[in-house]
Amino acid sequence: MSKKVLMCGNEAMSEAAIRAGCRCYFGYPITPQNEVAAYMSMRMPQVGGTFIQAESEIAAINMVFGAAAVGASAMTSSSSPGISLKQEGISYLSACELPAVIANVVRGGPGLGSIGPSQADYFQATRGGGHGDYRTIVVAPSTVQELVDLTVLAFDLADKYRNPVLILSDGILGQMMEPLVLPDAINGNLPPKSWALTGAKNRPPNVVKSLYLDVDLLEQLNFHLQEKFRRMEREETRWEEVGTGDAEIVLVAYGSVARICRAAVRQLRETGEKIGLLRPITVWPFPCEPVARAADNALAFLVVEMSMGQMIEDVKLGVAGRRPVNFFGRVGGCVMTVEEVVRETRKALKEIR
Amino acid sequence: MTNKRKSRLEQEQSASSPLRKVFGRPSLLKDVPTHFCAGCGHGIVHRMIAETVDELGIRERVVGISPVGCAVLGYDYWDFDVSEAAHGRTPAVATGMKRARPDLIVFTYQGDGDLAAIGTAELIHAANRGENITIIFVNNAVYGMTGGQMAPTTLEGQVTATTPSGRTLEGCGAPLKVPEMVAPFPGTKYLTRTALNNPKNIIAAKRSIKRAFQYQMDNVGFSLVEVLSPCPTYWRLSPLDSLKWMEEKMIPCFPLGEIKTPG
Repeated sequence: MSKKVLMCGNEAMSEAAIRAGCRCYFGYPITPQNEVAAYMSMRMPQVGGTFIQAESEIAAINMVFGAAAVGASAMTSSSSPGISLKQEGISYLSACELPAVIANVVRGGPGLGSIGPSQADYFQATRGGGHGDYRTIVVAPSTVQELVDLTVLAFDLADKYRNPVLILSDGILGQMMEPLVLPDAINGNLPPKSWALTGAKNRPPNVVKSLYLDVDLLEQLNFHLQEKFRRMEREETRWEEVGTGDAEIVLVAYGSVARICRAAVRQLRETGEKIGLLRPITVWPFPCEPVARAADNALAFLVVEMSMGQMIEDVKLGVAGRRPVNFFGRVGGCVMTVEEVVRETRKALKEIR
Repeated sequence: MTNKRKSRLEQEQSASSPLRKVFGRPSLLKDVPTHFCAGCGHGIVHRMIAETVDELGIRERVVGISPVGCAVLGYDYWDFDVSEAAHGRTPAVATGMKRARPDLIVFTYQGDGDLAAIGTAELIHAANRGENITIIFVNNAVYGMTGGQMAPTTLEGQVTATTPSGRTLEGCGAPLKVPEMVAPFPGTKYLTRTALNNPKNIIAAKRSIKRAFQYQMDNVGFSLVEVLSPCPTYWRLSPLDSLKWMEEKMIPCFPLGEIKTPG
């Protein structure tokens, strides 16, 4: 169990999914996540699972829907344009209260974009790119080890809440190889799913549906879903803080960009600057209160993203106008350097002094 | 079939009443008022499926998928497990179900818009992969639920909400013949077209549906039963004239009979 292996993020995530009990994977080729489907096509037959290369991302997410509806632990993965195509299916999964895991190995956008890494799908991931009042837990790992750990968590949370969970990876994490420890495969069966469509044996029929022509019933469904989402906010918000206690400036970054910021914080600390890092591990639910608490002491924030500024809106909601919130971003597949982040942080420092 | 699940018909026959009931509601069709329009064919198809599931004794392992359209409320009528699916994605949902649980008997119930327009990609690839599922394709040549727009199967010259002067081949294309379209695929095993225009054809349709389910139970592979079905409301005809229209116009365009059989 404690043996270290060297794997790229896409393959490590796939293996973690299988060890978390996933037995159905449906995917469609798109760079930079093709290693997932290739790995699953090799591994699923070995564990008695199902792999299908679907005719489209739309078909893949709906195969996930079908597998989830009959009680299977199912997953799909894609990259930005393909995730756009899955949004309808994600809305249906949430409305029908079906557990599923969807991984987005984000690439540059909009449109066909580039195959380089990006974080420009933050809005889509955290606001729900599909229709209706739904939410999905979104985990945002920053190392391949964390990608493995959060993949296991994603399956647990999907089952716990009967709701889709998104893994927000990116072209860096997916492709990068790192040493890691894989989790043990779960033993025995997953908890029974009494709601699943398994054939109406010794029970009244089960129905998986999201159509409620009676508007009062649909409102009730929405109230019920909102209760779950509020519970997710209370119980599933995850984040990490590095040196925020005495920080004059708090950097806020998630995913692979948080690694770059961590290195920048270290460099700046070595020169005596009081800089901290707040790293959301779930970007929905977003760690709004930790940001608010950080605003008690910090003089300013610097949000760093591989986008033109999306998570910054959540940071501003947490800061609530009490401190300046600066932004630095690179886009389109371009990755910021540690030096650039140090330079931007010094610029922000100058402004508060 | 277990004693517990004896059909209402059988139960009433075995009673001591001097009157013998020779026709009744299938046990798996709930005793609820229909929401379908007068003369609509969906109720008949619902009934035939309920009878089939009952007769084959598969209530405890069948899962149906209702379409987006008039028949979305299938679960209000059938007394077995049913799922909805996003419009047209039904064969993909069925694929996920059947692959995850091969012991289940999975059927989709789809209209012409669901199957032959928005869901063509899912249909073609499920058929080509030879998924061991059954598709019941109810073709009434029109979009019913949304108000009678042109369907892929609307006849040439047919007036609909979106073809006020009648469908023209130029610009709208020709009516799509679904079973013929997927017949060349080695993965498709049983393809047939039936109609609800008279009792003889209804009996034949029921036989085809039962055969298709039986093929799935025998792991033969992909089956599709097209059922030509009346929509008096959006054909703007009386129920009786609708049956005449089916015979005179629709069946010549969509010839009845088996298009492909196993073996």
